[in-house]
Amino acid sequence: MTSNQWLPLAVIASSLLPGLIIFALPEKRVALRTALNLAGALAKAGLVGLLIAGVAAGEEYGLRHAIAPGIEIVFKADALALLFVTLSAVLWLFTTLYAIGYLEHAPHRSRFFGFFSLCVTATMGIAMAGNLFTFFVFYELLTLATFPLVVHRGTPQAMRGGSIYLAYTLAGGAALLAGIVWLDHLAGPGEFTQGGLLAAIPGLDPLTLQLIFALLIAGVGVKAAIVPLHGWLPQAMVAPAPVSALLHAVAVVKAGAFGIVRIVYEIYGIEFAQSLGLLLPLAVIAAVTILWGSSRALFQNDLKKRLAFSTVSQVSYIVLGVALFGPLGTIGGLVHLVHQGIMKITLFFCAGNYAETLGIHKVSEMDGVGRRMPLTTLAFSIGALGMMGAPLTAGAVSKAWLSDGASAAGMDWAIWVLWGSSLLNAAYFLPILHRAWLKLPPPDWPHEEIHPVGRRETAWLLLLPPLFTAVLTVAVALFADSSFSPLAWVRLIAEREYPNISP
Amino acid sequence: MTPLLDPLAWLILLPLLWATLAFLAADRHGPMLALAGIGGQLLCVIALAGDVASHGSIGHLAGGWAEPLGIRLVADGLSLVMLLLTQGVALTLALYARSYFSQATPPAFWPLTGFLLAGMNALFLSGDLFNLYVTLELVGLAAVGLVAAGGGAAQIAAALRYLLATLVGSGAYLFGVALIYGSYGTVSASLLGSLITSEAPLAVWLAGGLMLTGLLLKTALLPFHFWLPPAHGGAPAPVSALLSALVVKASFYLFLRLWLGPFAALSEALPALAQVPAALGATAILWGSWRAIRADRLKMLVAYSTVAQLGYLFLIFPLLGTGALALQAGILQATAHGLAKAAMFVAAGTLIKVGGSDRVLGVAGAAAHLPVSLFAFALAGVTLMGLPPSGGFLAKWLLIDAALAAGQPWIVVVALSGGLLAGIYVFRVLRLAFRRPTTHDDVPLPQRPAALLEWTAFALAAGSVLIGLGAAPLLALIAGVQP
Repeated sequence: MTSNQWLPLAVIASSLLPGLIIFALPEKRVALRTALNLAGALAKAGLVGLLIAGVAAGEEYGLRHAIAPGIEIVFKADALALLFVTLSAVLWLFTTLYAIGYLEHAPHRSRFFGFFSLCVTATMGIAMAGNLFTFFVFYELLTLATFPLVVHRGTPQAMRGGSIYLAYTLAGGAALLAGIVWLDHLAGPGEFTQGGLLAAIPGLDPLTLQLIFALLIAGVGVKAAIVPLHGWLPQAMVAPAPVSALLHAVAVVKAGAFGIVRIVYEIYGIEFAQSLGLLLPLAVIAAVTILWGSSRALFQNDLKKRLAFSTVSQVSYIVLGVALFGPLGTIGGLVHLVHQGIMKITLFFCAGNYAETLGIHKVSEMDGVGRRMPLTTLAFSIGALGMMGAPLTAGAVSKAWLSDGASAAGMDWAIWVLWGSSLLNAAYFLPILHRAWLKLPPPDWPHEEIHPVGRRETAWLLLLPPLFTAVLTVAVALFADSSFSPLAWVRLIAEREYPNISP
Repeated sequence: MTPLLDPLAWLILLPLLWATLAFLAADRHGPMLALAGIGGQLLCVIALAGDVASHGSIGHLAGGWAEPLGIRLVADGLSLVMLLLTQGVALTLALYARSYFSQATPPAFWPLTGFLLAGMNALFLSGDLFNLYVTLELVGLAAVGLVAAGGGAAQIAAALRYLLATLVGSGAYLFGVALIYGSYGTVSASLLGSLITSEAPLAVWLAGGLMLTGLLLKTALLPFHFWLPPAHGGAPAPVSALLSALVVKASFYLFLRLWLGPFAALSEALPALAQVPAALGATAILWGSWRAIRADRLKMLVAYSTVAQLGYLFLIFPLLGTGALALQAGILQATAHGLAKAAMFVAAGTLIKVGGSDRVLGVAGAAAHLPVSLFAFALAGVTLMGLPPSGGFLAKWLLIDAALAAGQPWIVVVALSGGLLAGIYVFRVLRLAFRRPTTHDDVPLPQRPAALLEWTAFALAAGSVLIGLGAAPLLALIAGVQP
């Protein structure tokens, strides 16, 4: 086995093996468990660094294993895969630190961290899947590994959230499977191909392809939480904060969005999808989701639910970018995959801090919280401003490229959708910031658990991760034009997906 | 080959031998005899595997006597897979049973298990219809005995119901064999394959109908499933596992053999016939899953899941014209389900034994105190739901592929909905297991069971999942089968 074959496997193993060992560890082995978690996360970050250097230099990484005639597990660490792999690996590192602090005295930590590692493993598999079969295998693994985390607390609400989550995701999985096998039957086994797998096969019936597209998008659309398949996401917010942060802001919803990217660009091919008339309906669904999610967020008093509806809306920015024909839209959508992840995880970390430190779960309880927890609230504010698309934040970069993409694709109405959404974002985030910074704190917090020590407003492990990601939110915007930014990487991908058009 | 070293004959003789010894010896020697015996059988299957893989099919007359005196034994890829599944699952279950029955073994458990295995192995290896009848009776009676060995009034009632079903089933089969013998003067399956044509007399059609219906009764395909849930749900856990994982597969195997072999001409003459088992299978999937979703007792849930999962096996009949695909799907499903169902029944047995309640509600909080058993139950559930990377998933993939190739999209819909329904009853148990115990917080946690009880279940469940990743040799064996 050459290093180009084992590197993708090692990236997967770096979370799978620690996860399996952690399952077997007794609850009391805190130090060993923590060491394993951190070693895994650091090893993964290092391995991903090697991959990035290799892919940037034109190396090809991949591995295949036949399990039946015509059915192969294929891993391929191409530029697009690495976009998602890097995002997940970096945010996993932060979330692991955060979760160690968050769950310090909670029961069943071995189980929690075991499944948490499995989720990350599944995400890596989804990112590096080289064909739809492999994608599906890890997509369903993600469903299964997330369930125990959603119901982790074992309360009746958690049970209900878990059931709703399964109902949506298993049904979505069935639709996806039907689409994949149908496609496999029609076009034969094939891999994700730059420029599109189906585009290169002549003589396929357009109507059948449109039907299959609907099945596939419905399947991955459940995890991407596109309206009307989004109902599970707000319910799944009963999970502990690190789960909401990494899985429901990054891994799970992004797995869906990433699936849409792969299907549109590398199964159908963007030009072929355009000629089949598939992009306009997709753009309309994305636009509806963007506006619907933002409007629902306005009326949520529960902080995490407000953030969840905000996620529903923001993830569809990615879908919209995919559906805008042309490299500019592609860049906007793909870069938002990274940017939204960084911003939303910041917000969820902060929400977790408010809940863990002061017992604050509702927006109406946040009066004056900026005085008690200034650093957390600063991070929250940066994340919120980013979501609105304020200048000097990651959100502004995404929105600029998406708007340019919309006008280049001749869909000027999409620009209005983006502006409308920004206004709605402001309408549900600014009141929070106003409460937090300008109103007077109440005499007592709902349930103060962690008392301040000097300038330390909460536990270090809870405070540092959101500060890091808040800094990242600004940094990816400030250094967007440098050659190491997500934007630069996304432009590389766009160049490869549009061999005939230069951005 | 010298008769003394013939693995085909030893696969039948060895279980008869250790069963007899176990019957004569004291109860406490039963487990060791069984483990050694089944271990030896497993070695025989492995010895056979190389020959079958290189020759496709091997067969000869045991003892060197010519037919009809000699008994003709045949093994090909299909029988090899079933033999391997049977010995592998039986060995693991014997380990489990040894620990499960550590206080008191039900009377005759070990001898009956030996006779059951002898009957099953003979069934997989026999090439003539009358010997097959004898094996069917042996399997049926041993299985009824195992159900009755539980000893309770409900178990005796279930055993009697089962006895009725199995006797009527083999009676119908025997009547059919008599009609066939009357028409052709032979009962050799391979000879009959070329003798029976689409112009066969009515008596042969009647014989086919009787034999196949009798086998459906023994396989508990809806509407003949009435005997299965009480028998499988009521027996002690190791017995339930043996019956649900293996015994019903034996009569399915014979149904498939007859369909592809002697009666192939009949089913080709009237292609619509193949829709009958498929339609019954589809109904079984929906009805069995529904009853599992509604079940009140944990083992009844698992038993109704068997009713549903057996339905998948019969979906393949209208698709058999599409080459090896449908047959591969069916046999892979039988194998994966065998492993998963054995795992699920023994995991349920441990949950019930430790938790003290046989209700579904009794698993509440089990994620905390029985994680390994619960994980085994969940992994087995992954196979039953047909989620990747399990064997059940690969089987479903192949089935859908075959259904599309045969232009039967309704089978796709049934297979996918069956998976979702399985999701409902599997997660019904799993979500309860994660529930925080609300009331008796002061009650001490139940004692941890013996490690063997938990890890045998886990091994079976892991096997049912891993087979999805390593199915290539199995699929190649099936592809080489000449009907």
